[in-house]
Amino acid sequence: MNTTEQEQELLKGLAQNDKNAIEVIYRENYGAIQSFVINNNGSADEARDIFQEAMIVLYEKSKLPKFSLSCQIKTYLYSICRRLWLKRLQQLSKYSTQVESLEETIPVEEEIEDHEKRNEDFILMENAMAKIGEPCKSLLDAYYIQKKSMQDIAADFGYTNADNAKTQKYKCLLRLKKLFFAQYKNV
Amino acid sequence: MDDLLLIEAVERYLNGEMPSSEKLLFEDLRKKDPEVDQAVVEHAYFLQGLDKFGTQKSFKHALHEVENKLLDEGFINDTLQLKGKAKVTNWWKKYQRNIAVAASIAGFISLLTIGITVSYTKKVGNDTYAILVGEIKKTNAQVNILKSKQDNIPVNPAAPVAPVVNFRATGFLIDGKGYLVTNAHVTSRMQNIYVENKKGNYYKAEAVYTDNNVDLAILRITDTAFKAITNLPYSIKKGTSDLGEQFFTLGFPRNEIVYNEGYLSAKSGNDGDSSSYQLTVSANPGNSGGPVINRNGEVIGIITAKDSKADGVVYAAKSKNIFNLLETLRKSDSKYQQVKAPTNSDLKNLDRVQQVKKVEEFVFMVVGN
Repeated sequence: MNTTEQEQELLKGLAQNDKNAIEVIYRENYGAIQSFVINNNGSADEARDIFQEAMIVLYEKSKLPKFSLSCQIKTYLYSICRRLWLKRLQQLSKYSTQVESLEETIPVEEEIEDHEKRNEDFILMENAMAKIGEPCKSLLDAYYIQKKSMQDIAADFGYTNADNAKTQKYKCLLRLKKLFFAQYKNV
Repeated sequence: MDDLLLIEAVERYLNGEMPSSEKLLFEDLRKKDPEVDQAVVEHAYFLQGLDKFGTQKSFKHALHEVENKLLDEGFINDTLQLKGKAKVTNWWKKYQRNIAVAASIAGFISLLTIGITVSYTKKVGNDTYAILVGEIKKTNAQVNILKSKQDNIPVNPAAPVAPVVNFRATGFLIDGKGYLVTNAHVTSRMQNIYVENKKGNYYKAEAVYTDNNVDLAILRITDTAFKAITNLPYSIKKGTSDLGEQFFTLGFPRNEIVYNEGYLSAKSGNDGDSSSYQLTVSANPGNSGGPVINRNGEVIGIITAKDSKADGVVYAAKSKNIFNLLETLRKSDSKYQQVKAPTNSDLKNLDRVQQVKKVEEFVFMVVGN
């Protein structure tokens, strides 16, 4: 079992996308989650999905400026997974028997709601990105997601100079924005 | 104000890149013109969304990498906690082997393997195959008799050794370092193997692993001219797919890549072979080894054969076999330690045309003699 300091270190690492921290958390927690899902009507594939989602919830939480976890990572992940899995079972209307659970859990309703909202936003952006086409997608990806400099992008994409790349980038951004907000109108 | 100029100004303003004089002017404009103010708020919201999207995407990426590592190590194991079912699986594996033997005998005769080139089929002639189909249909008990007969049949009588390309089939990359999957019946017919991409570049390849039971082979491009590809857009599905699932295929029944679509019609292949699916799609000689891809961009199977009598009945090896093959390959030699199949697809939510565009450059024509 980890000390509080070790747990804090792990969460700090997680907030910075540190793969070692992710791996340690995986190794210490995945087994319990997989057993839980499989013992409750699920498959190994579904367990992996659920665990990934819970990791994203934990990641988002670890990035908050005033972040503190009131319980152990293990308890937190387990509670999230349990809640997510119950929801999924309900959606699939597989939910018939009492869900087995011996572990301690904490209430996580709010977190799940936030997570679902974020997921929706993510999907809206992903859809808009998918519609925008090349070279816009790669260009925006390079600038806004990989955070490359305009000089590097100009060189990579074969623009004569950074200013040309910049103009192109703004054109693409404008298109993406239109596609993104168009989805709100359709909802 | 011009939209483009406006978002440029807003972005510089939000990033704090505006000189103070311009900033004052801009803030003034913002106060006076509600439209400009609205644009600033909207753009800030949008950029925030884009930024969140970016961070979440990079985190997901890191997560997938860790997961793949743990999967490769066997730390995450599909059969964990499944002691009860494991028995059934073991029993099934044993049984499967018997079926596979029977299927390979039956398959030899009743199926027309698709990997053969036009020139080959012309020489052997479809008629022979058709007659043999008739014979085996008389009774299944005669399988053994037929087997001995089969030994006498010159399987490949005209196998020419001339340095020309005699056979054509399909293969696709499963690891950007130059590893492809195709059918075992394709590589077994070839002494020299080449793969050709859609740009027309040829690379020399070798078969590093073949499994005749599931009719799959792994090729490695040995040519130094081949440049490793860092990211394959599709993934290989680990689980099984459901009846009715729609898919598309890409392959080389001609000298040019050909697209087709169909649906999954049975969860087992010829004669109940549980390692393959039955599909309804059109396939022709040359389609062998081609990927079967669902709408999420996951490879769910590899085309292996078609029924020579029934139209549109095609068999495909299940994609999870690829993982078994890779595992054995990795164990066989330390130099294959790093070979792994992509488990993350970038093709979700793309329309079909875009998906095909992204996939086609990784589908190769496998040719040889």
